Amino acid sequence: MATHTSMNATLVETETAAPRSSALAVLHDWITTVDHKKIGLMYIGSSLLFLVIGGVEAIVMRIQLAIPNNTFVSPQSFNRLFTMHGTTMVFFVGMSILFGFGNYLVPLMIGARDMAFPRLNAFSFWCTLFGGLLLYFSYLGGNGLAGAGSAPDVGWWAYAPLTARPFSPGHSTDYWTLAVLLSGVSSIGSAVNIVATVVSMRCPGMTLSRMPLLVWLYTVMSMMAFVTVSPLTAAQIMLMLDRYLGSHFFDTQAGGSAVLWMHFFWIFGHPEVYILVMPAFAFANEIIPVFSRKAIFGYPAMVAASVGIGFVSLSVWAHHMFTVGMTAGGNTFFVLSTMAVSVPTGIKIFNWLATLWGGKIHFTTPMLFSIGFLFQFLVAGLTGIMLGSAPFDWQLSGSYFVVAHFHYVLVGAILFMIFAAFYYWYPKMTGRMTNETLGKWHFWLFVIGFHLTFDFMHIPGILGMPRRIYTYEAERGWMIWNMIVSCGALVQTAGTLVFVYNLVWSYFKGPAAGPDPWDAWTLEWSTPSPPPSYNFGIIPVVESRRPLWDLKHPEDKDSHYE
Amino acid sequence: MMSLTRYVIAALEGPDVVHGPTSIFSPEGTPAHSIFGLSVLVLAVTLSIFLVVGGLMVYAIVRYRFRTQDGKAHEEPAQIYGSNQIELSWTVIPILIVVMLFLATTRVIFSTQHAVKPASALDVTVIGHQFWWEYRYPKLGVVTANELHVPISDPSHPTPTYLALSSADTDHSFWIPRLAGKTDLIPNRVNTMWIDPHTAGLYLGQCAQFCGAQHAKMLLRVYADTPEEFAKWVQHQQHPAEEDPGAAEGRAVFQHNACISCHTVAGTVATGRFGPDLTHVASRDTIASGAVPNNAANLRTFVDNPNHFKPGVLMPPMHLNDHDLDAVTAYLLTLK
Repeated sequence: MATHTSMNATLVETETAAPRSSALAVLHDWITTVDHKKIGLMYIGSSLLFLVIGGVEAIVMRIQLAIPNNTFVSPQSFNRLFTMHGTTMVFFVGMSILFGFGNYLVPLMIGARDMAFPRLNAFSFWCTLFGGLLLYFSYLGGNGLAGAGSAPDVGWWAYAPLTARPFSPGHSTDYWTLAVLLSGVSSIGSAVNIVATVVSMRCPGMTLSRMPLLVWLYTVMSMMAFVTVSPLTAAQIMLMLDRYLGSHFFDTQAGGSAVLWMHFFWIFGHPEVYILVMPAFAFANEIIPVFSRKAIFGYPAMVAASVGIGFVSLSVWAHHMFTVGMTAGGNTFFVLSTMAVSVPTGIKIFNWLATLWGGKIHFTTPMLFSIGFLFQFLVAGLTGIMLGSAPFDWQLSGSYFVVAHFHYVLVGAILFMIFAAFYYWYPKMTGRMTNETLGKWHFWLFVIGFHLTFDFMHIPGILGMPRRIYTYEAERGWMIWNMIVSCGALVQTAGTLVFVYNLVWSYFKGPAAGPDPWDAWTLEWSTPSPPPSYNFGIIPVVESRRPLWDLKHPEDKDSHYE
Repeated sequence: MMSLTRYVIAALEGPDVVHGPTSIFSPEGTPAHSIFGLSVLVLAVTLSIFLVVGGLMVYAIVRYRFRTQDGKAHEEPAQIYGSNQIELSWTVIPILIVVMLFLATTRVIFSTQHAVKPASALDVTVIGHQFWWEYRYPKLGVVTANELHVPISDPSHPTPTYLALSSADTDHSFWIPRLAGKTDLIPNRVNTMWIDPHTAGLYLGQCAQFCGAQHAKMLLRVYADTPEEFAKWVQHQQHPAEEDPGAAEGRAVFQHNACISCHTVAGTVATGRFGPDLTHVASRDTIASGAVPNNAANLRTFVDNPNHFKPGVLMPPMHLNDHDLDAVTAYLLTLK
């Protein structure tokens, strides 16, 4: 059988020990590489760096808000902090870490030797890295190191006309626009690349209905990114035209429209949430079955739900704009489309539940993070329904309730699954297992810190606290909640330090992983860890959704049921 | 130490998620009430979903955990690939819940946005500025700033206040949680909303759309007055403050400095519109858009250096000497 031979062939291959190359040669190798795995790792590495920076910004903001009338940072610095935190986390952590994992995993999971366009792939990575560096150069550029430099201070939505030159003189908004523009070009490049790879590079036997769900979700995510990042990129160019060439798209003082910017931003901004959460679903779809020791329940329904979310999420953007004075009819439409998304999303949660049901659940670190994800994503979805109910949103919009809601999605769901993915694929990427004890410390610290922070963050929103304020009055009754939220942030920081320590420790001291440490079923586990640059000695041939299950259970092959 | 003690006291009094000066769960007007009703329904439905689905998850995780002492520990569990009947049921049930919530939501949207405006309604134009609020009562000929006075509305003879909202510069949002949901103030656009406080009192809120450096101190104060109080307030506001001969020197300082290019004092040469109308500034409880109480010391500090209370505020420091500062403060205090 073809798959069998390919597996044996790759397993017996040994890399001849290359002579130790100089640091310069290694650097040259990484900078010029077009290997999807190396590019993936560089994406992941740079995102981790930006994750730490964005995290530090969050900590500073939480110190400022822990008590009323605090003067830890100035109003202007605070405005820069939340702008940089949001922009960094969405564009230079979220997008790039997820494209990083996609880059690494998609070719391996479909039995390919690289992406369809390796050089476009390298271009995309360097583009986004340069965008991130440009964004942070704003702290040094412009007015220089004196004061806070000229970092952007318009919020990560950069609502017009705050970005117009009368309200944003200097170059802070330009740094923001160009950084986001570069990130957008990079995302579009990566999205095209992933779709092309999936369409044209699948190994023999891998029909669309046999693709791992991760690959399906990355395909849907990439198509969404292609459709929705384009308007954002166009809007950045229009904003530059407004600022320097005298056009008036968003320049309200010359008759432009502030609401037009909101539409451009949110037709990107809301699908963006799904673009970020699709990879989280993708990781869950691989990790939950393996540690429940069962096939995913309802594969066709999972695919249909993902594609459904992809389409419906393109028609919900104006639920971010319930307060801008839309007509009752307009509000009603966006209530319906928003609530409709909860149906395919619910189907996913139920299918994961059914996958757990009747399984033998192993509580490894990746599985613990996945279980955390399931509960937190459920809560995030339910608070989303509250916000989708337009009149309720008239109260909650722009308040700390919304901040809590989307951090439940971005941290509780997406970051938890990113951590799960790290623990799950780290052995494949490095050839070494991570330390389970440290992993569990990380999980418990992070889950406690997360709930302290983001559960209690809903309450000041209900009590009328708007977001993006650098301080507040003691009489409002928000202090105790903000104090708890800030303490939780410190516990999360401790968890993150354990994580970073674990990554470093395991790289040098972790036990050898072997090709398939989790007894898993998809193709990436059929090749050595870390995989050779050509991935597979012989291109595999598959006959079902779980080729390695077929190998391990010749008496009960999946292919009999498909 | 003193401040620490004060924080501890505030912390002990704090934990109350229903009441509070700006809680959405203690509504005092019709729009806030109908939103509150809807939110209770939505909370009940979502809580039930959480208990059912979350409960099943907990059960599955505990019941189906891997047990080493299990006789068949080394065997894989039965592989189940799916079931169309089950998929159908957990598609249809959520659809029914969504339809129910959608209908309840639509009802509140239309009852709020399409409410019939009674002839007795009061009209107020609200203009957002960086970082203060301008209020104009076009039919009453009153212009004021930062402290909005409206009559209470008796449900049997409703006298709601209709707000026409726009902005002079960037986006802002008008949010008094106990009276109504928020509505944005957007330049080149007029939005409307209405409030009808049922009981007299002071309702707080603040700008809810990031608008620049001092977004945090763009506070809102709505005074709901009894009809008599409101009529008296309007009558007082319609006429310029009485000139106090004792404040002539301060008036001269005011009128010979840049003050008048941004501020209006009705009945004088001061007709600027960039900053708040000061015709009756001394009758207001606060200055700097609610940032600090209105008293001689705060007024003097604010005129001397507006950045002291609100770093980033658009009013420049006036660089007056102590004598002129005292005089102008005394003058402002006569603008009752």
